[in-house]
Amino acid sequence: MARRVLPGFGLSLGFVLTWLGLIVLLPLAALALKASGIGFGGLWTMVTTPAVLAALKLSFGAAVLSAVINAIAGLLVAWVLVRYSFPGRRFFDALVDLPFALPTAVAGIALTALYAPKGWIGALLAPLGIKVAFTPLGVLIAMVFVGFPFVVRTLQPVLESLDRDIEEAATSLGASRWQTFTRVLFPLLLPALLTGFALALARAVGEYGSVIFIAGNIPMKSEILPLVIVKQLEQFKYADAAAVGIVMLALSFLLLLAISLLQRWSRRWAER
Amino acid sequence: MTLAINRLSRRFADFRALDDVSLSIAPGEFIALLGPSGSGKTTLLRILAGLDFPDAGALDQDGRDLLRVSARDRGVGLVFQHYALFRHMTVFENVAFGLRVRKRARRPSKAEIADRVDKLLKRVQLDGMAQRYPSQLSGGQRQRVALARALAIEPELLLLDEPFGALDAQVRVALRRWLRHLHEEMGLTTVFVTHDQEEALELADRVVVMNRGRIEQVGTPDEIYQQPATPFVFEFIGKSNKVPVRIHGGRLQAGDQRFEADALEGLADGSAVAYVRPEHLALSTTPLENGWKATLRHVYLSGSVAHLELEVPGLGQTLEAELGGEEAQRRSLQSGMHVTVQPRHLTVFPLDGKSGEPDLARRRVVHPRYGQAALARWR
Repeated sequence: MARRVLPGFGLSLGFVLTWLGLIVLLPLAALALKASGIGFGGLWTMVTTPAVLAALKLSFGAAVLSAVINAIAGLLVAWVLVRYSFPGRRFFDALVDLPFALPTAVAGIALTALYAPKGWIGALLAPLGIKVAFTPLGVLIAMVFVGFPFVVRTLQPVLESLDRDIEEAATSLGASRWQTFTRVLFPLLLPALLTGFALALARAVGEYGSVIFIAGNIPMKSEILPLVIVKQLEQFKYADAAAVGIVMLALSFLLLLAISLLQRWSRRWAER
Repeated sequence: MTLAINRLSRRFADFRALDDVSLSIAPGEFIALLGPSGSGKTTLLRILAGLDFPDAGALDQDGRDLLRVSARDRGVGLVFQHYALFRHMTVFENVAFGLRVRKRARRPSKAEIADRVDKLLKRVQLDGMAQRYPSQLSGGQRQRVALARALAIEPELLLLDEPFGALDAQVRVALRRWLRHLHEEMGLTTVFVTHDQEEALELADRVVVMNRGRIEQVGTPDEIYQQPATPFVFEFIGKSNKVPVRIHGGRLQAGDQRFEADALEGLADGSAVAYVRPEHLALSTTPLENGWKATLRHVYLSGSVAHLELEVPGLGQTLEAELGGEEAQRRSLQSGMHVTVQPRHLTVFPLDGKSGEPDLARRRVVHPRYGQAALARWR
């Protein structure tokens, strides 16, 4: 083996593998083991029941959509927080982290109170025929709320590290502001944006606490997958619950893999 | 393309970055803006590029008011100290950028762009590197990409901000000579900012020495070095000894010595400050009547030149003199030797009676008179 300058490789790698095994892999393996109780056929019938299929679509559809919304809004917020100085900037900056800190149930109740037909915002939307609470739209709003900080926090350091002179170079070469943004800045931000997107997506897929309050949990309409699992657990159908869990896991893994490949492509210019 | 810079001023809060700066740049000139950091040279360059705007003054290019033209429309080639390459683009895409962002009516066809980029890459000796990313290039190669990118838009005016500052000494020298050739071949007008006097004196047709937002002197490298106009230029460019003197009855009193010279006639008596370049001090080991008595403290041999540190009790200070390295060895100089030092060429600035500042208007170049027999021979 080649000599290494950095000491402690064996020890630290051993620790990392043990830790990942205990904290991440072991529970997932137990999940897979439990799910294997109903077999492939059972899994397929289980997942293709209309109620589960509807929840699957809602959970992943809303999560992807919320991550897209968060990517756009997060880019804008990070841009303003980094590029401009204005009174209260640090306060707003601190505000970004609140969705991390708030217990999700509290967030769910607060959102429900706001968006219920009698709530502050809900009452304004009701005359327009828009219902938020107890509909898929409510699910989406809760997911946007919990996923919001990720994009902002992953983009901020990258935005701060961008040198002013690349923008000045683009301008003096004749590029408009829009061309400078789309051709120079955005491609440089894209890898971090994708990271933020993936984190927001993962968070939204797994979100439970805040969503169940505002969703109303009407089967076939506003029921999310994690709730389907909880309902099955309450009926002591552990294998079924595990099976749904495995499906979620597989789908999430595929999504994150796709994002990670996209990210690699977006960073093809980085140092090799 | 004649560029007229007329009385530009620029303040940042309490700091005067530019203070009433005027300069005229002729077509095809190679101009160096030379000064220490904070002297305003970069601010001036940024104003020329349209990236900053003066508080007062005018900028005129062939009768066109440049201050009303945005940076985007100025068509100026700009090269940054840290290259400012687009690191997510290949070398080819970087160079093509300025052509690709043009409005459709003025944009060359794809084939034309490819053709022009190829030619430019050949010109900067980077053919075969087109598909690399900037992270795969060395510093010198990156700076040449930046140059090719700036040249792609066919600028009349090329501006460079400390273009060689981040490069190794050897690459720097090679690249700057190459840049000088390029400037001549392409018939550009070039303005570059540097704090490296060697670079400025070697490259430029004219050097603009700046200090504290003002222009101290404009001239050819030879003029700047041989005839510095102000004490600052003396201290900033090359080496010089600063000696406090008195003017008394048309003579120069410096320490225990009195020198006679024609140039001093008509100057009122008073204090003054004199500057002497090390190569303008002549030495002799035989004690001479005219000249400061000195003790040799150190000899620093750097390549072809020997720098001598001389302690002069009569002045109460040390002076630096220079000898050719071979000459120094032939004379077998040793620390502790006693020598006589004769200044051959001094520049004298009488001090203003009220402010105590050097009076630039009464600057005199002085060649003291020595008798033939009393002349120090070593130079």
